[in-house]
Amino acid sequence: MDLAAIITLNGLTLAALYFIVASGFSLIFGLMRVVNMAHGSLYLVAAYVGYAVFEPLYDDDVWYAWYVGLAAGIGFAAVFGAAMQKLLLGWMQGQELRQALVTIGVSIIVADQLLAIYGGNPRQFFAPDAIFGSTQIPGIGGYPTFRLVQIGIAVAVGVGLWLLLNRTKLGMMIRAGVDDREMLGACGVNVPLVGIAVFALGAALAGLGGVIGATAQPLSQGVDGRFLLVSLVVVIVGGMGSIPGTAIGAILIGLAEQIGQAVFPTYSVVLTFVIMVVVLATRPQGVLGRA
Amino acid sequence: MHDRVILWSLLGAVLMLLAPWGLLQVLPVNQAQFWTANILGRGIVFGIIAMSLTFLATYGGFISLAQMMIAGVAGYTVAVFVDGAVPRIVGGFGYAVAIPLGLLAATVMGLIVGAISVRTRDIYLLMITLALAMGVFRFIETNIAWFNGYEGIRNVVGPGVFGFDFRNAYVFYYIALATAAALYFGVLYLVRSPFGLVLQGIRDNPRRVAALGYAVGLHRVAAFGVAGFIAGCGGVLATIYNIGISPGSIGLGASVNVLIMSVIGGLGHPLGAFMGSLVFTFFDTFAASIYDRERFNTLIGVVFLAIVLLSPDGLLGAGKRLRRLLGGANAPRP
Repeated sequence: MDLAAIITLNGLTLAALYFIVASGFSLIFGLMRVVNMAHGSLYLVAAYVGYAVFEPLYDDDVWYAWYVGLAAGIGFAAVFGAAMQKLLLGWMQGQELRQALVTIGVSIIVADQLLAIYGGNPRQFFAPDAIFGSTQIPGIGGYPTFRLVQIGIAVAVGVGLWLLLNRTKLGMMIRAGVDDREMLGACGVNVPLVGIAVFALGAALAGLGGVIGATAQPLSQGVDGRFLLVSLVVVIVGGMGSIPGTAIGAILIGLAEQIGQAVFPTYSVVLTFVIMVVVLATRPQGVLGRA
Repeated sequence: MHDRVILWSLLGAVLMLLAPWGLLQVLPVNQAQFWTANILGRGIVFGIIAMSLTFLATYGGFISLAQMMIAGVAGYTVAVFVDGAVPRIVGGFGYAVAIPLGLLAATVMGLIVGAISVRTRDIYLLMITLALAMGVFRFIETNIAWFNGYEGIRNVVGPGVFGFDFRNAYVFYYIALATAAALYFGVLYLVRSPFGLVLQGIRDNPRRVAALGYAVGLHRVAAFGVAGFIAGCGGVLATIYNIGISPGSIGLGASVNVLIMSVIGGLGHPLGAFMGSLVFTFFDTFAASIYDRERFNTLIGVVFLAIVLLSPDGLLGAGKRLRRLLGGANAPRP
């Protein structure tokens, strides 16, 4: 019984990370119709840049090292995402395939340059003392505090996105843009600017995921591919552009991965894809996607 | 238009036929051999895999990122069943049995990919095929019992052909060239058949084709099966070229490389696949002297990005535009 609880909890913490990363992917796709194949690269860039800021501060033993690293990672990813939209993608709006190809090109260059700058050694953030160590959970025992924080952050991201999309003016514009971009422009909204904001927000979420992920588990080259794949599968399962759908997709995939690894390690990958195929066969638009 | 393409293609084939001889005239023997096998030969082999993507893209409008994975399925099938492969997984079969088995496996995998993605289009299809490719890749990478995990299977040396050794650069080159030519002209023939016409109809307007009474889904799945067979041929040749296969050769990087080749050449015609793969192999080989050996990916990424930004229809499109600029009235209309 204990084991089942731990596996479930592990699955949920993994799902939390997946949700943070994939929600950014889903947000960008929802409004911009851009399949951001560089989403994994944004994750990786944020983690490496965050780490470069974090390391000297950590060596100086200041308590805010991790928070500054987190902010640096998120900030850099947001600027990078906004620049990508402004310089490369904005002027080919509507050519979805071409935009996907452009982001593939960006991801290749970014991955290679990161390898050139930071080398192949794995790195890992050390969480600040406040969220380090373990917490006693009734029925389970000690569990890493940071993983619980991870779930908290994911919930906060989910609630924050919901509030942003449903309760603010920007959210209203984004939702209107999903339905009809031209009409939104005709109403006097600066659609390209909204697009840049959305891209920055989506990239920032990838960046947040990058630093969180690199605190929970070691960071190394090649992780970008993994998180791009995760974003794709989560969003395909959950439904394109739907935040609640992304949450459902993330929980399904996170749990499936952990349960699969516990029950049949060699074939755990297959379980993820069985879920994807079943969803595609029965609801091609995803669990909560609109037809 | 069509006849001229055939003419140019035949010219290209003759040129490739004579290329090894020409190289021998201008280069020392060992360098000519290197060019023949490692640049032209490798380019042709990957061109075959890229052509399976280009075939789907040109005539069906499907950009599939699963083609390298499908090629890998063929390669792995050969490696698993053939005698002499290290480690021995099943073994006991000659190449005469293992290669058809590989092609069959690739075709079936193509059909499966087609069936799974049958209700999706455009970027959705791109995402789903990529996800499938990565899924198979991770499955193979973590499975020791069947695929020897991360290390892969070595020592797939290839058969002797009519008393010639496959490992001879020229034997390999001409087998690759003959396969590529057969598949290329086969594709050009196929797309003018009723099946090919329906496929192009689906590309332009699936609803109208369905209204005419054609089974759109079946045609789509069949097209993926054909592409799977083509990719399988490339996969078998690539596995023999590399004397084995490992998961790295079907990972994200490899899958994207195939897309890069197709896009560099141009997705408007199967010919683009071979142009793109030759350019790619050339850069791959000479990146060291152009920029920096270690940074090959940056170089190819920049080239790819430049092509996508400046000439989305690749070298073929760039050539056409150039002809229009220079040739005036005689040039083909867009």
